[in-house]
Amino acid sequence: MRPQPHWMTRPETIRKLWVLFILVLAATVGAELFVAHGAHFGIDGSFAFHAWYGFLSCAALIGLSKLAGLFLKRRDSYYEERE
Amino acid sequence: MTELLPHPGLILIVGAVLIGLMRGRARSALVLALPIVALYLLWSLPDGTHSRATFLDLDLAPLAADNLSRLFGTVFGITLLAGGLFALNQKSRHEVPAAFLYGGAAIGVVLAGDLLTLFVYWEVMAIGSTLVIWSAGPAAYRAGMRYLAVHLCGGVLLMAGIAGHVAATGSADFDRMHLDSVAQWLILAGFLVNVGAPPLSAWLPDAYPEASWSGMVFLSAFTTKTAVYVLLRGFPGTELLIYVGLFMVFYGIIYALLENDMRRILAYSIVNQVGFMVTGIGIGTEMALNGAAAHAFTHIIYKALLLMSAGSVLLMTGRRKCTDLGGLFQSMPVTAACGIVGALAISSFPLTSGFVSKSMISQSAADGHLLYVWLALAAASAGVFLHAGIKFPWFVFFQKDSGLRPPDPPRNMQLAMVFFALSCIVLGVAPGLLYALLPYPVKYVPYTAAHVVTQLQLLLFSGLAFFVMLAYLRRTLTITLDVDWFYRVMLQRLARGMLRQWARLVRGPSESLVGWMRATGARLYKERGLDRALVRTAPTGSMALWMMIMLLGYLLLYYL
Repeated sequence: MRPQPHWMTRPETIRKLWVLFILVLAATVGAELFVAHGAHFGIDGSFAFHAWYGFLSCAALIGLSKLAGLFLKRRDSYYEERE
Repeated sequence: MTELLPHPGLILIVGAVLIGLMRGRARSALVLALPIVALYLLWSLPDGTHSRATFLDLDLAPLAADNLSRLFGTVFGITLLAGGLFALNQKSRHEVPAAFLYGGAAIGVVLAGDLLTLFVYWEVMAIGSTLVIWSAGPAAYRAGMRYLAVHLCGGVLLMAGIAGHVAATGSADFDRMHLDSVAQWLILAGFLVNVGAPPLSAWLPDAYPEASWSGMVFLSAFTTKTAVYVLLRGFPGTELLIYVGLFMVFYGIIYALLENDMRRILAYSIVNQVGFMVTGIGIGTEMALNGAAAHAFTHIIYKALLLMSAGSVLLMTGRRKCTDLGGLFQSMPVTAACGIVGALAISSFPLTSGFVSKSMISQSAADGHLLYVWLALAAASAGVFLHAGIKFPWFVFFQKDSGLRPPDPPRNMQLAMVFFALSCIVLGVAPGLLYALLPYPVKYVPYTAAHVVTQLQLLLFSGLAFFVMLAYLRRTLTITLDVDWFYRVMLQRLARGMLRQWARLVRGPSESLVGWMRATGARLYKERGLDRALVRTAPTGSMALWMMIMLLGYLLLYYL
């Protein structure tokens, strides 16, 4: 008999973790309605600024790194072959 | 000499020699006791200058203390203690003594009241850290040599700057500088080499990951952070540093995102984190400088923790590439849990140490109405969670099941990790402990409802971006070219090409010359022999090393 996968790696656990994660995300955005907002610049006062700015920043950083990778990635034996 | 107080750094340097000579339990006891003694001595030092000397008509202050030097000295001592505990099972007998030489010299730098003393300890650090890298074995030799070359070049820039500064002002005092002379620019350049600034940032991810599983823990703590310390003291409020720092922040993220080697991810992340500190120093307000100093303190602890976690994985599996790892949380729960605490702290999650330190830098950008700096720092904070906060634990401990089932590492290593994990949490929960050590009075309150909510939004939505875009982050068996390519490949090609051209040019005349030289050589060899003392060759490298040792010895003797 094959050993059972660890409970953390079972699909139903992962599904539950996703549900929980989305609930927490919603809660952090919802919480903004109840806390005093100290915007310094204007743009950071827009609704859920940190949520969308964080998401878009990460998407942009991943995009940038893919772009840099196009030019700069090499096989990981690159230097061994040359030294 | 005004007063003879034992120097905490020198105690460690002398202790390093003793550790090298000892074995067994006595050695382990000394490794754990020395940092505690050094910390005790450090905290017994009152503010002010404690010894004076004269050298070449210059007044030197080899031992001086204030809040800032005590803050850095404290975290260096704590790192030596935890790192020493972590490395008790290290088979290399050279690594821990080298690390104590390195750490002792780092404390020497932060307690140096003048530029010449600072320079001597600065160079001892370069030697100590190179020895730590070389302790990993022959595979690390070339990386260590490249590392040493970069740092000796940095040392030359620094020495040239110090010499110019002393010649112009007649004083070797280490005060705030204003970049109004070439000499001061050279000093800044020397400092920036060690901080990991462009264009030479690549020395760090090139060399550190080649150290042993425990060696990188020590390496992550001292070189870049003593450089942060000297920038804090010498160049606060230098606007250029804002841009240098922001470059480092994004350079670290982009390269770490592309990286497959878990310890190179963490190495790029050092540059990223030090970038935050350099930006803070560039902003230069009291809160920004407090933030940079506090962030150096917290960063040393959580980065050492992350590297202990990665080092444990390396020791227990012998693997360091993300493509070979995964699923280790099942059999290494302590290592995974401590790694996750470190990852949360580096990401500045509320209730961890990073939250109470990094936010002071962002807040100072907001207070100074530096919109673009603030936006860049916010984007970078999101990027930190992406490249280190999730990427490291996800690919090492979760991701796929690699089939590897190594146990947690030996007890002492677990203890060192738990100690640092608890430190990250205690500093995050009780920031007053850290704030009391900072150079300026702290008015900042990190735990407001708005700050906690906005930080959680930023981080959790970065987490969402990571999992939504996971397909784009799949690891491949690749490296990413960096500036070290210029000296590892291009210079080599250039030199070979020039040699070929040269050989073609001089072939005719050289053949007759070579004939004559051969005949003379043969005659000389017959008469004197290569094994005679006057004829024997000695490498210039060893001469430089001996010169350094003699200079250090001279300095020591002078104060005694």
